[in-house]
Amino acid sequence: MNAPLVLGIETSCDETGVGIVRGTELLANVIASSMDEHSRYGGVVPEIAARAHLEAMMPTLKAALAEADVTLDDLDAIAVTSGPGLAGALMVGIGAAKGLALATGKPLYAVNHLVGHVGADVLGGEPLEQPTVALLVSGGHTSLLLVRDLVSDVELLGETIDDAAGEAFDKVARLLSLPYPGGPHIDRAAAAGDPRAIQFPRGLSRPKDLERHRYDFSFSGLKTAVARWVEQRRDAGEGVPIPDVAASFREAVADVLITKAVAACNDLGVPRLLLGGGVVANARVRELAEQRCAEHGITLRIPPLSLCTDNGAMIAEVGAQLVMAGHEPSSLDFGADSTLPVTQIQA
Amino acid sequence: MLLAIDTSAGSSVAIVDRDAGVLAQRSVEDTRKHAEVIGDLIRECLAESGIATSALSGVAVGMGPGPFTGLRVGIAAAATFAFAAGKPVVRVVSHDAVAFGWYADGNTGALLVTTDARRREVYWSEFSGADDVGLPVRAAGPAIAKPDELTTGAHRLDTHWVSAASVGLLAERIYQHGRDFAAPEPVYLRSPDVTLSAGPKRVTT
Ligand SMILES: [Zn+2]
Repeated sequence: MNAPLVLGIETSCDETGVGIVRGTELLANVIASSMDEHSRYGGVVPEIAARAHLEAMMPTLKAALAEADVTLDDLDAIAVTSGPGLAGALMVGIGAAKGLALATGKPLYAVNHLVGHVGADVLGGEPLEQPTVALLVSGGHTSLLLVRDLVSDVELLGETIDDAAGEAFDKVARLLSLPYPGGPHIDRAAAAGDPRAIQFPRGLSRPKDLERHRYDFSFSGLKTAVARWVEQRRDAGEGVPIPDVAASFREAVADVLITKAVAACNDLGVPRLLLGGGVVANARVRELAEQRCAEHGITLRIPPLSLCTDNGAMIAEVGAQLVMAGHEPSSLDFGADSTLPVTQIQA
Repeated sequence: MLLAIDTSAGSSVAIVDRDAGVLAQRSVEDTRKHAEVIGDLIRECLAESGIATSALSGVAVGMGPGPFTGLRVGIAAAATFAFAAGKPVVRVVSHDAVAFGWYADGNTGALLVTTDARRREVYWSEFSGADDVGLPVRAAGPAIAKPDELTTGAHRLDTHWVSAASVGLLAERIYQHGRDFAAPEPVYLRSPDVTLSAGPKRVTT
């Protein structure tokens, strides 16, 4: 068949995304974010995000169709994120997608958000070589996957057992009186700091932890360690060297993320690593990934940043892959599943 | 002819016509399954009525008040359905539809409509009666209150669901008489639950 034209809707967190793809070609990727509305609370407020999705849905949809210069009639299918994510936020996208699918008569695919991050890498680039290990890191998730086949075989190797990495950046930023979202501000402050100045802990990295949690992550202990260090300095009446704290914290996060991802590649004999999620915007995470992958002969793939953060195009791409693989559309009665397992690629 | 949707209480979908009345109506009372059922309800109503999407003149939707998460599902579906069908969306306050149905049944006099707002509160609207064309006249509300705070001489109608057929027929009547539809914003009546923290908590004691 010809490359299918698919529209994808993503509303799992604080970005309202509508993207349009034709096969693996990106035609539109429009994103409205409610990030600014969350900044004063230091994190995503689910009800604020859901209200913003409803407001942004029609303008985002219209802008995507205009950007791609296609009509709804031209579409071969519609895809929507059904989980994991914030339930109330997901439901806006699901309601919108179902209304669209029924009025157009187009088939509807309910897609896994995490698999969407892998799908982002297929867009516009070279074909995704499989199997590949995928490290997906954002404010909402920190997951390590083994992708044997994007549309039929994705395995969860490990994930965070407490905070997402992006959440840890936000919390440490607040501790250092840096604005939300924490990632870019920590990144900026860290540029002038010494990453070896303070030895912060690497979560779940001791031999005993590795037995049970080889590919799992934990950032809550690290966050507490940074808080304790900063408090001790302040209690002693000493200044807090923000660049050093930021650089040392960032180093601890990047180190544990990349160490575990590279270990998975080596253990499984899969010399390919794919990064996705908003934390990929972090300069040190990318740099360390490039360096360690080169050392271990691992091919590293990082989609363009606009496709790493949550977006509708990545959901459209998973939809297109499902169509091309001959998968049936989802049954119309799917709902939002805030904990949808990554093994369930299509709901 | 309108497709009508209301998810302010349960989920309800109907096809109505100004002259022919209710051509189809499907509802699910479960207040936690809006996202799951909305698609099938629309599909079943279209199939049962035999009405093609192209034959509709618009989509009517209840804007609440109602618990937010479910309310948004119907509003989102109505917006995209109408856009894809190339038809307008017309909006009504869900309580007005309840009152419209009550007066259309031949009742008269003042009416208090309440629906569940969770957290032991209710959404309420008070109506003084129906006007000369049968449209309910809202005297107060919609607002939110504890159930026993509402003392009024009006007939009290505590309801657990809003009929999409009433939403649709009300919209037809509003259009026919050139009255105003509801505003495009959902009737939330509550601010999002957020607390501004006083800053990071100490971890060392
Ligand atoms: Zn994501």
